[in-house]
Amino acid sequence: MNRGADFTYEPGDGKAIIRFSGRLTLARMGDLPQRLASLGGYDHEGDAHDDEKIASVSVIDLNEVERVDTVGAWIIHRIKRDYGARIEGGKPDVVKLLNEIEKADQKVQIHPDTNNTFTEMLATAGHATRAAGASVIGMVGFFGAMMVGIGGIIRNPRRFRLNAVVQRFEVVGINALAIIGLMSFLIGIVIAQQGATQLEQFGMEVFTINLVGRSSMRELGVLMTAIMVAGRSGSAFAAQLGTMKLTEEIDAMRTIGVSPIEALVLPRVLATTIMMPLLGFYAGVMAVIGGMIFVWAGLDIPPITYLQRIREVVPMTDVMIGLIKAPVFGFIIGLTGCYQGMQVEANAEEVGLRTTSAVVQGIFMVIVLDAIFAVFFTGLGWK
Amino acid sequence: MIIPEEHDIAIRIRGLVNAFGDQVVHDGIDLDVKRGEILGVVGGSGTGKSVLMRSIIGLQKPVSGDIEVFGQDMTGGSENDAEALDIRRRWGVLFQAGALFSTLTVAENIQVPLREFYPGLDPALRDEIASYKVTLVGLPAEAGPKYPAELSGGMRKRAGLARALSLDPALLFLDEPTAGLDPIGAAAFDELILDLRDTLGLTVFLITHDLDTLHAICDRIAVLADKKIVAVGTIDELTHLDQPWIQEYFNGPRGRAAIDSAARSGQD
Repeated sequence: MNRGADFTYEPGDGKAIIRFSGRLTLARMGDLPQRLASLGGYDHEGDAHDDEKIASVSVIDLNEVERVDTVGAWIIHRIKRDYGARIEGGKPDVVKLLNEIEKADQKVQIHPDTNNTFTEMLATAGHATRAAGASVIGMVGFFGAMMVGIGGIIRNPRRFRLNAVVQRFEVVGINALAIIGLMSFLIGIVIAQQGATQLEQFGMEVFTINLVGRSSMRELGVLMTAIMVAGRSGSAFAAQLGTMKLTEEIDAMRTIGVSPIEALVLPRVLATTIMMPLLGFYAGVMAVIGGMIFVWAGLDIPPITYLQRIREVVPMTDVMIGLIKAPVFGFIIGLTGCYQGMQVEANAEEVGLRTTSAVVQGIFMVIVLDAIFAVFFTGLGWK
Repeated sequence: MIIPEEHDIAIRIRGLVNAFGDQVVHDGIDLDVKRGEILGVVGGSGTGKSVLMRSIIGLQKPVSGDIEVFGQDMTGGSENDAEALDIRRRWGVLFQAGALFSTLTVAENIQVPLREFYPGLDPALRDEIASYKVTLVGLPAEAGPKYPAELSGGMRKRAGLARALSLDPALLFLDEPTAGLDPIGAAAFDELILDLRDTLGLTVFLITHDLDTLHAICDRIAVLADKKIVAVGTIDELTHLDQPWIQEYFNGPRGRAAIDSAARSGQD
């Protein structure tokens, strides 16, 4: 009473019969579809088969069938449709199911339309170009909206959300102290170690101190911090705002009369802008400390001498340069994070894509700006 | 196609206890779902209707109690046991929001269980199966190659149902299938589920708040209150019970309206 699906074919002129038996269900189907196909009629590859072929089917016998599900019914229906066959026998519920399936016989496209590869490639390039252009214009627009928001707050300072801003300070700044400190400390050690190896060849190990002090205060401290903040906070902003957009929280805010720019974007951008110089300076100091440890252990220069040297060789302008660049980087990171988050529209996948672009764009723009700053400050004579 | 086999019972729950931390949601639930019936589960918000469904399908580990689905114990063992997998292909689940895979089209969504459980299936047949399933749940042919984000809420529910029906399950779990649908769409959905039950011989475990759905398609109704199943029976039986929540539920203004409309449609 528990047989798999099977069939027999009796050829005959004008009265060929297919007799199905057993359970015509998905789980018990086995190779029945393939065996039917090899008899002809359902060969989707178009190969010619040498086996005996079904020339015609006029009767489909269902008397031996125990159970049928929709897949079995579909296979029966397909033969009935293609050969104009007649159904014989079958329990009432099988007949009912066959009728339902017959009503549902309709060709449905499975995958979305795709063009040929070349046009597809051109279209992708076009879309990407347009998206890049739209992104630049959108960013400028977003920047403008933010300036309007700032203007509104200056005119009406009571709308300033101090709590939200301070809370962001904690998330962006305080919570990042450990990881940024450790990262910078290790970078200080690496620079000192690599520098010492090279400078040793000229007998000028003592210049390792210049190398560590200047590079970390002027460039690396701020740049590495910016990359870390973009990865920690820029991505978080995009994901938070993107999810809020999906769950219509941002629309709800608008209808209540709360401006999302004031409530969500400004506190975040303000937090990255203010926290970046603090974190950047801290990172520079940690790198110098890392260098100090290595120099003490590896080159036998005592910390007091090291610090004395640092004071002599690192000009104040290096610290200034770091402190001037940092808030600009912070602003850019906060802006791209929030902008990308606010662009989320369709689905969960887009939150991921936008978060990625927030980080990539943020870091890219920081590095481009860093290059411009380098040329600019050298031009000023701050060498 | 209701063939009584070894048992007549599709789901058997005994002494089920569920808790989140200190908060006990279910305290000793006993419930049987017969083969081929549509069992409605009702209860106020937060009484753990969805938790009950999740514990049956193995998404929520109960604190204690036994759950059997088609005679197979569901509480012990890991979710990848051969037996557990075998049960899994015999049920379909429609989640509240559809839970369609957002990166796949509707038709591809329907094919996911087929690919997973029957990798040897002829791709052309698989496409044909997806095609008639799309039509069977009342979606237009154009919906096949669309992504879930491009569909309306009602269409998404239908697509979710099509995926739940993908493997021709014997048991169907529906979590608030008509919530958020317009009355016409909800009535059509009720009709569809009844139709599918009659043709495919499904057993349906249906969570709902929709009184019209209860009247229209449920054979029996289980009432979840005070962390227990307080009553199981037909609407008629329940309305005559002297339990405050049930009285309020079925004899409140909305309950009365639903009874009236059910009576009217019965006369037509």
